[in-house]
Amino acid sequence: MKVKSSYIPYFLILPAFAYLLFFVGYPLVQALYTAFTQNGQFSLATVRKTFADPYFWDALKYTIALAGVIVPTQVGLALILALAVNRAFKGKDFTIYALTIPLTISDVAAGLIWYSMLSPSGFLNKLLLNIGLIHQPIYFFGYQYRHMEFLAIVLAELWRATSIVFVIILAGLQMISHEYLEAAEVFGADYWTRLRKIVIPLLKPSIQSALIIRTLFAMQIFGIVWILAGRDIPILAGEGFYRLTELKEYDVASIYALVIAGLSILLGALYIKFMKAEYLEVRR
Amino acid sequence: MNDETKFMLKRLAFYTFIFTVVAWIIIPIIISTLYGFALPRDYYDPKKIFPTSFTVKYVKTLLFTLGALDGIKNSVIVALITIAISFALGIPAGYAVAKFIFPGKDTIKLSIVALRMFPIPVMAIPLVILYIKLNLIDTLLGVALAHTAMALPFVVLITSSIFAGVSTELEEAGMVFGLTRLGSFFRITLPLALPGLAAAAMFTFVMSWNEVFVASILTLSHRTLPAQILSIMAGASGGAAPDYYKFAAAFIMIIPAITFIFFARKYLVTMWGITLK
Repeated sequence: MKVKSSYIPYFLILPAFAYLLFFVGYPLVQALYTAFTQNGQFSLATVRKTFADPYFWDALKYTIALAGVIVPTQVGLALILALAVNRAFKGKDFTIYALTIPLTISDVAAGLIWYSMLSPSGFLNKLLLNIGLIHQPIYFFGYQYRHMEFLAIVLAELWRATSIVFVIILAGLQMISHEYLEAAEVFGADYWTRLRKIVIPLLKPSIQSALIIRTLFAMQIFGIVWILAGRDIPILAGEGFYRLTELKEYDVASIYALVIAGLSILLGALYIKFMKAEYLEVRR
Repeated sequence: MNDETKFMLKRLAFYTFIFTVVAWIIIPIIISTLYGFALPRDYYDPKKIFPTSFTVKYVKTLLFTLGALDGIKNSVIVALITIAISFALGIPAGYAVAKFIFPGKDTIKLSIVALRMFPIPVMAIPLVILYIKLNLIDTLLGVALAHTAMALPFVVLITSSIFAGVSTELEEAGMVFGLTRLGSFFRITLPLALPGLAAAAMFTFVMSWNEVFVASILTLSHRTLPAQILSIMAGASGGAAPDYYKFAAAFIMIIPAITFIFFARKYLVTMWGITLK
């Protein structure tokens, strides 16, 4: 019941809020402290050390490049799929089920699955060899094939994470009232006009929330890259992980964490500037 | 070309497209499952696209010798603790957001959403230092606490939309007939919200089950399944384990995911507003 009440709701929210604030606030303060002090004194030594490392700039470059290739492709693909599926046809249920399977597959598992597709003795190579399309296996893995590794990561990530975009956009599509579309049809608008003038504008909130979710997650891409390419393709989260677990450099790892945070805050701010906050919510 | 041929061609193109997409999703899963049980000689034979002889040897080795079974156990424990804590904290908050009007509500909702966007590596890396101080490093509770931070905003938003869906009149009726607010919550709202809450719990489970970064950083000897698999399968230079162990690992990891989505698909999609018709 909607009741005006002075303290009860705050009292109910407080524990969750305090918990979240602690797990976001404490790490942030700790990371800033670790990154910018040495022996208790303010120091930029760690920052200089990190920026002098070519891996840092490669990681920044590759993280942005991967996001730049993957996210727009995913959104475009998911839009086409959602539009295709949002009508009655034979096998619709199964198609939607199949398209949502990757929702629950982890990035590590997706990396391993795509390794079995693309490795030198993997499915794709054997298939193409036997059809006679190629005479030598295509090599996707190994430092000297870094461009192919990049492609493999893109393929695997498209396979794994397009479904979440698909689900968000399909949910948005189903909320569009049929009356608008029927009215447009009565007035003689063809499919493309309806799509451009009605469906896409009404779908904007869904597309935007899919964009923000995917871009922010792309900044922390890790498991799939680590499985398929290791450090051949350096990425921010992977370098932070490597610095922390292999070299025990807490300070450098903290800088990586802060860079990811900075990028995410920047992107989040940009998105929020261009969209209304309520679109972020998970809707029923 | 008359209209009927045009129509048929369009239909054909549509079904070809759908078929291609479904094949694109499903074939990799089938192939990695087949390879997970293939004999290495079949796998390395360039003439054999599909393996014909099978063995459970590599899946078994992975489970019992390389510690995947312990990983599964740890993953389940972490996920259950995560569900317990994030629901204990998240349900009251979700209820408050759904059923009360109060100043600052929108700000609070927005901050919860913003906290959900907080990147995992940023949380995990500095937590190591705190966990060493608190003796939480390399414990399942430690991982679960971090996973809770990841899952909690989601639980608040989902539960609030579930509670908002439970009719207010029913609650009011309960209170008219003498139940307290708390009583009417436990006797009326909670039972009605239960299916939705179960779905949210399943989704939380999957989130925790799939998470690898936090788990890899915060544990060494008590690893969850993805962290365990990651450390066996990939070193810093990539590609540490032999191919057939990778396939076996993929198989072990996707079985729960596929089973889960098969049982939960109804809820999974309704949570995002889709009704399968």
